[in-house]
Amino acid sequence: MYLNQFLLLSAALFAIGVYGVLARRNGVLVLMSIELILNAVNINLVSFAAFQDSISGEVFALFVIAVAAAEVGVGLAMILLLYRNRRNIDLTEIDLMKG
Amino acid sequence: MENFINDWGLTVTTFLPMVGVAVMLLIPKAQEELHKKAALATSLLVAVMGILILTQFDFDATGQLQFAVDHIWIDVINSHYAMGLDGMSLPLVLLTMLVVPLCIIYSWNHFPEPQNPKAFLILILVLETGMIGTFMAQDLVLFFVFFEVVLLPMFFMIAVWGGDDRRYASLKFFLYTLFGSALMLVSFLALYFLSGSESFVLSDLIAAVSSNGISRTAGLWIFAGMFLGFGIKVPMFPFHTWLPDAHTQAPTVGSVILAAVLLKLGTYGFIRIAIPVLPEAAVEWAPWIGLLAVIGIIYGALGCLAQTDMKRLIAFSSVAHMGFVMLGISTLTDFGINAAIMGMVAHGLITGMLFFIAGSVKERYHTLDINRLGGLLIQAPRMGWIFGLCVMASLGLPGLAGFWGEFPAILSAYNPGNGLPVTTFRVFMVISALGTVLAAGYLLWLLQRAAFGTPKDEFAEDPSITDVTKHEWISWAPFLALIVAIGIYPNLIFRVTDGAVDASLNDCLQVNASELTAEQAEALGCASIYNLHEDHEDHAAGE
Amino acid sequence: MVTELFIFAESASQSGLPLGITSGGAWLLRNAWLIPLLPALSFLGILFFGKRMPRKGAELGIAAVGIAFVLAVLTGLAWLDHRDNYHGEETHLAVAAVEHHGEISHDEHHDDSHDEHAASGHSESGHHATHSSLAVSNTVTWFQTNGVDISVGVLVDGLSVMMLFVVTLVSLLVHIYSTDYVGGDRRYTHYFAFLSLFSASMLTLVISENTLQLLVAWELVGVCSFALIGHWWEEKPNSDAALKAFLTNRVGDMGLLVGVTILFFSVGSVLPDTFGSFSIAATNAVANNGLLSHTALLVAATCLMAAVMSKSGQFFLHTWLPDAMAGPTPVSALIHAATMVVAGVFMIARLYGVFFEGLSIGGSSINLMALVGGITTLVGASLAFVQRDIKKVLAYSTISQLGYMVLALGVGAWTAAVFHLFTHAFFKACLFLGSGSVAHAVHSFDMKSDMGGMRKAMPHTYRTFIIGSIALAGLPPLAGFWSKDEILAGTGGWGLFGGTGGNGSYTLMLVMGMITAALTAAYMTRCVYLTFFGEFRGHGDVHESGPRIVAPLWILAGLAIVAGLFNLPKGFQLVPDSFQERFGHYVEPVAGYFPTISHATPSWSLAIISTLVVIGGASAAWWYYFVKVEAASKASGKSLTELPNGPTTTYPLAKIIHNILDKKYYLDHLYTGIIAGGTKGPLARMAYRFNQQVIDGTVDRVGETAVKSGQFVYDKIDQLVVDGAVNTSGRLSSEAGGELRKIQSGKVQSYAAILFAAATVLAGILIVIV
Repeated sequence: MYLNQFLLLSAALFAIGVYGVLARRNGVLVLMSIELILNAVNINLVSFAAFQDSISGEVFALFVIAVAAAEVGVGLAMILLLYRNRRNIDLTEIDLMKG
Repeated sequence: MENFINDWGLTVTTFLPMVGVAVMLLIPKAQEELHKKAALATSLLVAVMGILILTQFDFDATGQLQFAVDHIWIDVINSHYAMGLDGMSLPLVLLTMLVVPLCIIYSWNHFPEPQNPKAFLILILVLETGMIGTFMAQDLVLFFVFFEVVLLPMFFMIAVWGGDDRRYASLKFFLYTLFGSALMLVSFLALYFLSGSESFVLSDLIAAVSSNGISRTAGLWIFAGMFLGFGIKVPMFPFHTWLPDAHTQAPTVGSVILAAVLLKLGTYGFIRIAIPVLPEAAVEWAPWIGLLAVIGIIYGALGCLAQTDMKRLIAFSSVAHMGFVMLGISTLTDFGINAAIMGMVAHGLITGMLFFIAGSVKERYHTLDINRLGGLLIQAPRMGWIFGLCVMASLGLPGLAGFWGEFPAILSAYNPGNGLPVTTFRVFMVISALGTVLAAGYLLWLLQRAAFGTPKDEFAEDPSITDVTKHEWISWAPFLALIVAIGIYPNLIFRVTDGAVDASLNDCLQVNASELTAEQAEALGCASIYNLHEDHEDHAAGE
Repeated sequence: MVTELFIFAESASQSGLPLGITSGGAWLLRNAWLIPLLPALSFLGILFFGKRMPRKGAELGIAAVGIAFVLAVLTGLAWLDHRDNYHGEETHLAVAAVEHHGEISHDEHHDDSHDEHAASGHSESGHHATHSSLAVSNTVTWFQTNGVDISVGVLVDGLSVMMLFVVTLVSLLVHIYSTDYVGGDRRYTHYFAFLSLFSASMLTLVISENTLQLLVAWELVGVCSFALIGHWWEEKPNSDAALKAFLTNRVGDMGLLVGVTILFFSVGSVLPDTFGSFSIAATNAVANNGLLSHTALLVAATCLMAAVMSKSGQFFLHTWLPDAMAGPTPVSALIHAATMVVAGVFMIARLYGVFFEGLSIGGSSINLMALVGGITTLVGASLAFVQRDIKKVLAYSTISQLGYMVLALGVGAWTAAVFHLFTHAFFKACLFLGSGSVAHAVHSFDMKSDMGGMRKAMPHTYRTFIIGSIALAGLPPLAGFWSKDEILAGTGGWGLFGGTGGNGSYTLMLVMGMITAALTAAYMTRCVYLTFFGEFRGHGDVHESGPRIVAPLWILAGLAIVAGLFNLPKGFQLVPDSFQERFGHYVEPVAGYFPTISHATPSWSLAIISTLVVIGGASAAWWYYFVKVEAASKASGKSLTELPNGPTTTYPLAKIIHNILDKKYYLDHLYTGIIAGGTKGPLARMAYRFNQQVIDGTVDRVGETAVKSGQFVYDKIDQLVVDGAVNTSGRLSSEAGGELRKIQSGKVQSYAAILFAAATVLAGILIVIV
């Protein structure tokens, strides 16, 4: 068991997540991709913690999971509202924040 | 009661308007009458607090801070919640307390577009907290916070309720002052770190600078930063260009508060902070301040002569009048600074009053173009008379308040503080005396064009042009009474300020150099000031 | 709280500078401030309640001024008693500078006899009483700054008592006169309010204890003058005149501000425990004793002269005074003839120590003050010839007479100047009110088109006007003669034709005075002819004015006859000694605050010569108008005001020779052509032209230039450069912002892309560095 193996897994997950966030137009899929990114971070945290005999990484990971849950909640609610108002959740068409 | 005032008086006075704001936030927007009443009640309560403080104020010890409170506020940077009142701040605090309720009364029935009394009155009350706080703060960080608190409400007042070009004017006002205060903050920080003071409290800083010393260059730079920060607020030439725009665009009440109180924050900063903390840098900067002041006097007057808009003319006249105030300050003498405080109060009352009148004229004629006005004395005789009185007061007629700001300032320039170039200041004196002639020129010209003669055809039959209304009477009467009262008995102000100014000034600037031996000068710690300029001999000989 | 300021009362034996003032004396003298207080209260009363009173406030004004007049008379009587009988403690001035200067030294222009006077504490110079005249001073603290008390109070001596009397009397008469003259006016109440305020300010001015108080009152009378000149402000010329008066005065006031400042600190530098003093007595005393540098005094005196020139209508700041006739006539009489315009003269008299030392008046050279006075008196007199407007004739005459007073002060004839001020107030007020009476009847001030022959319709006005004219021209025994003669004697020119004394030989001033005397007689003759003789040229039915106008005229005319007797000259053989120089005795201070001046003794020869000069001037004008023009009028059947082919017509050379041969035309030419016509025609016209175009034009041009440069500064510098810099920096940041906002697309994913890109770059940097 090497640390590198976990880190590579994490990096792959992160890359997939980034790709999803940047390239997908469906809001739900973007949210899921964000989850992937967060979980990539979790893997990193847990694996470092395990290899360094400290539990602080696990504690952090728990926090991240909790926050991620909240974030998904809010995100889904937003997407739901968007859908209700627009019948569409294509993120490329949403530019309310344009300056 | 006495204890309450002593311990809590200043704090309650400062934050009472915020309590009013909190109450008003709870009242629904539609209940306009209630909002007006709440705001007026709050400001009147503040005024009552002011009277209570006045009764407890020890007029024989104006040089000391009274009702002082000092608690640790932000421990990390050694900033204290330090408030106090002395003879220098008292007149200005009272002026603020007077102006705010009168402004609320004035706008009672005619809020500028787009109405919304709730927001408007809340802004005024926030302003009041900021202004009173600035005059009372004895800690530089606290001072800075209050100084900035004033900025935002004023910005919104101009930007929302202003004239056609309000966005430009408000932004200019905001950016200009913000720029100045940024430099000011840097100066405060530099002062704190370089002097090695224990805290940001003013008295600590003064003590630290005089005991530890501060290098000449650093002192000069720090003073320069404060000079910019305060000078922009005054406003001094050449930093004055925000003023005519802000005044022209601001709603009447905004103009009044701006002229009556806000401009004084800058000059107050000079006499409260810059000069007491850095007396030696002040001596080196003073001739330049004096120079800019007299340029401002002449320049403001010339600017006035070129105006066709009444409000803009009055705004430019502020540049000239504040020039007299700054000239008084730049002499670094007790006499000159007393004159400056007198000038601040007088300018606040008189120019505030002129802006009130300009607002009322605009409301009736829907224009302030001097070429279209005329015959005010026929159509609204009382207002015409009041206008005439204010014009006379503004041009420095003895017997009215303006004179006591102007003449002593000119007088003090003849004999500036020790270490200052006497001849230069005497030249300033003559030029500023010329400014009084120009002032008479543009003000009388304004009076003639607006009040004398017969009304123009377009307004001759206008039924909406009425004489002074009840609200206007109530809000103007105290101003007028004070203009006359101070004019006849200037001791009302001088009595209060004299001791405080004396205490605030470095001894070296006060002692007559010719009566001082070198050893005595050394003992007083004055040697450095004398060494700056070797012309104190000249000073002694110039009789 | 009565304080002594920084003046310490010490017993007379101790060292210190004798001030010549005392805090004792009669109650009335110590409380002279009541006199200005009354009209001040009446001002407020009229302003706030006047419209509700049965007579619209006039009664309140008259009552206040009336009581003030009674008080002034009583104060005057108290002063007479005080002057002769008071031997109380004198206040001395502790002077720190004695150590600095070694001892009290005297300037070089004190000759030996003066030194003796000063050293012996102003012993009497001949005819004065044997003790000094202690002025009564009573002060309270006005305000405090820099630990120094600035006081307000009264300084009552002969000069101020005399002024109190003159001001309250003329003011009272003008009040009464006005109830008729401006009756039914649109702003009747305001008119009286300002008359009251004016009286209060002027009375405050004359009892001022210090220069600051003087300055305050000085400006207040100025503003009253502004308000009353512009009384009918609906018409633009009136408000223009008011503005011009105020602004011209402001120019002079600049000098006053600076002068007062210089004196304040100069005096402060020699007093202990203070850095400045406004006290008039102290200022004069210090100046008299040579404790101040001559330069400081010279500069201060010159600055103060600027104020005098504007307020008292001296050449070249006199142009406002004729324009000021736009105000109601009683105002012209009160303010622009009898009282306010003499404020400048009064100030010189008050601060005479400063002027005497500063301008070296005792030094017999031609000084600024004498020169200004001399030029003014000539300019005013010559200009009075070409006026059509009767009030303008009198206005120029006032300028000329004020010039006389300033000239007199400039040559050291203090008493003569003040006495002339005294007499002039009566006859000039009489003349002005008389002209108002005529104008009231014909509704015009134009002598040429609307007057003529008024003597039949208005007998009272006519008689009083004649009396006033003779008094002004200076024929004995009317008031003007005595005061004018004393001034001429005071110049000391040409050895005074046998007279003695004086402060030197001011021959040029004597010549100027003589010429003016002739001119004055001539232009008053012209004025009288055009107004009262010939046939009526106006319209409508003319009748005499009512009693409220006529009564003041007669009172003033009576005073114009007798006022001169108050100061019969020293050595005048026709009356006993006790009647000689009464005015001088009571009015001229013999005190530490007054310089030691030497007095000239008038001589019979001078009096006779000056009388002949006056008669000569009058005869020339008489010849032209009463003989030539009258005859021409008869011939043409119209009432003419000039000869149809008069002095301005140029004759061919042959005709001139013929005329010279013809005795009659020779005289005619001499009198009317050369003397009267030359003065009246080209010279006066040129002077008037110079006045209107060059001097007045300069004033206008300066105003225009100021506006233009204001415009330029505003447009080119303020708006473009200073403001431009601000705008540019604002625009730059706004443009930068415009570019940056393109990045803000509002799309989540583009933000995210930027975020990741940035994170990648940062991570890259981190790797490179670490």
